Amino acid sequence: MSKTPTRIGLGKDLTGLEDLSGDTIRAILDTAEPFKEISERPIKKVPVLRGKTIVNLFLEPSTRTRISFEFAEKRLGADTVNISASGSSVVKGETLVDTARNLEAMRIDMVVIRHSSSGAAQFLADRIPSNVINAGDGQHEHPTQALLDMLTLRDRLGRIEGLKVCIVGDIVHSRVARSNIFGLQALGNEVAVCGPKSLIPYGIEELGVRTFPHVEEAIEWADALNVLRLQLERMKTGFIPSLREYNRVFGVSRARLEQAPRETVILHPGPMNRGVEIDSDVADGPQSVILPQVTNGVAVRMAVLYLLAGGQPGGAEAAKQESE
Amino acid sequence: MTAPETTARELLDAEGVEEALARLASKIEDGGTEDLVLIGIRRRGVQLAERLATILSDSHGKVVPTGSLDITLYRDDFHQVGPRPVIGVTDIPDKITGRRVVVVDDVLFTGRTIRAALNELADFGRPRCVELAVLVDRGGRELPIQADHVGISVETTDRDQVEVKVPELDGSLSVILVSSPGE
Repeated sequence: MSKTPTRIGLGKDLTGLEDLSGDTIRAILDTAEPFKEISERPIKKVPVLRGKTIVNLFLEPSTRTRISFEFAEKRLGADTVNISASGSSVVKGETLVDTARNLEAMRIDMVVIRHSSSGAAQFLADRIPSNVINAGDGQHEHPTQALLDMLTLRDRLGRIEGLKVCIVGDIVHSRVARSNIFGLQALGNEVAVCGPKSLIPYGIEELGVRTFPHVEEAIEWADALNVLRLQLERMKTGFIPSLREYNRVFGVSRARLEQAPRETVILHPGPMNRGVEIDSDVADGPQSVILPQVTNGVAVRMAVLYLLAGGQPGGAEAAKQESE
Repeated sequence: MTAPETTARELLDAEGVEEALARLASKIEDGGTEDLVLIGIRRRGVQLAERLATILSDSHGKVVPTGSLDITLYRDDFHQVGPRPVIGVTDIPDKITGRRVVVVDDVLFTGRTIRAALNELADFGRPRCVELAVLVDRGGRELPIQADHVGISVETTDRDQVEVKVPELDGSLSVILVSSPGE
């Protein structure tokens, strides 16, 4: 089900960053810039998606991402409906496709989906004509999180190429790590990962990613650390000895950052386990951009919604004709 | 089929634009400059608003505040023509409520841009009054919108294009009428 792609190289959907070019990613980040200002207005709303219906299908718990998408949708003037797994027909055994087809039958325009299975977003995108945006699928991708990470890095460091970014922590369970690796590399940055061996995916060097077994080395090397949460809910047994042990060996602490040859920028996608993967004085310190990440999340999601919503037949050609 | 020949005619040279802006400034001045704010519409309205503000400031010794408006997200044809990934930043001075706002644009044609601008402006506050100043009025209105202050008026057809050039974006200051003949 293909609609005419928009000029910048986005298709009907945004399911991941793996197949996007650096130019496309840069265009999304550039489009996000003017959207920042809308959230600072007295009336935080523009009518560009007026009359569009967007379903936020969050079949896995999420607070930040769901609210961020909802703000983005509402500030563009769209009508939104939120569906969570509990309290929907999903608990009665309805399949994902049936849920989506029923929504389609009520004439929706876009679906933002969060799902515990890798590939769920693409599966849906291939089966319904609405635009599908992946808000995190299993251990696959979380593209808008990586986009807001990159926008925040660009804001802080003035560029988003030629940087060295190390992702620290639970890489194996992390869709955020995967999306960041694809996106950062497409823009010409170097990416490394750091964490206990049990939490580094086997064969990650095939993605062109280097691995640091010690967090001190990662801090020595990197311009920025993207510190990931230990996803305790996804760990059945045996990934780490204990939380205290993890903090002692891999925790990002003030003392460790003071050894860095430069002002390392600290990102964290949230929610944080303070005192585990990141210490409080780092999370709240001057090098942290954790709250700017949240602010930028709304702008990036507005940009993605805006770009996908316009991808209609004849769009690209007609868009070239400006009127006075 | 022969290639249509387009002709370009200069309606105003740099001096002509300066004169037209001076006339516009003087008309705007007649309404008082006490609580005046000039808001340019992206892109070329912004440069024209800056020029008008400079003229007004020079004659009064008082800075006239300016702002810029990008109407992309308020267009009425978004769903027909697809997105324009490049959106400019809107920058409105702190308070427009209770002030006299003069919206500045380069060319007035269908009036749809101004419709969008008025809607967007209303989301920033409630001005005492809103007026419209344009460098060129080329006719062809599709909405009941008229300018309060006009630099020059020209008769045009749908096939014509009126191009306003400003040094900041185009390297020169002029108004060009580009005509392509009909079938």
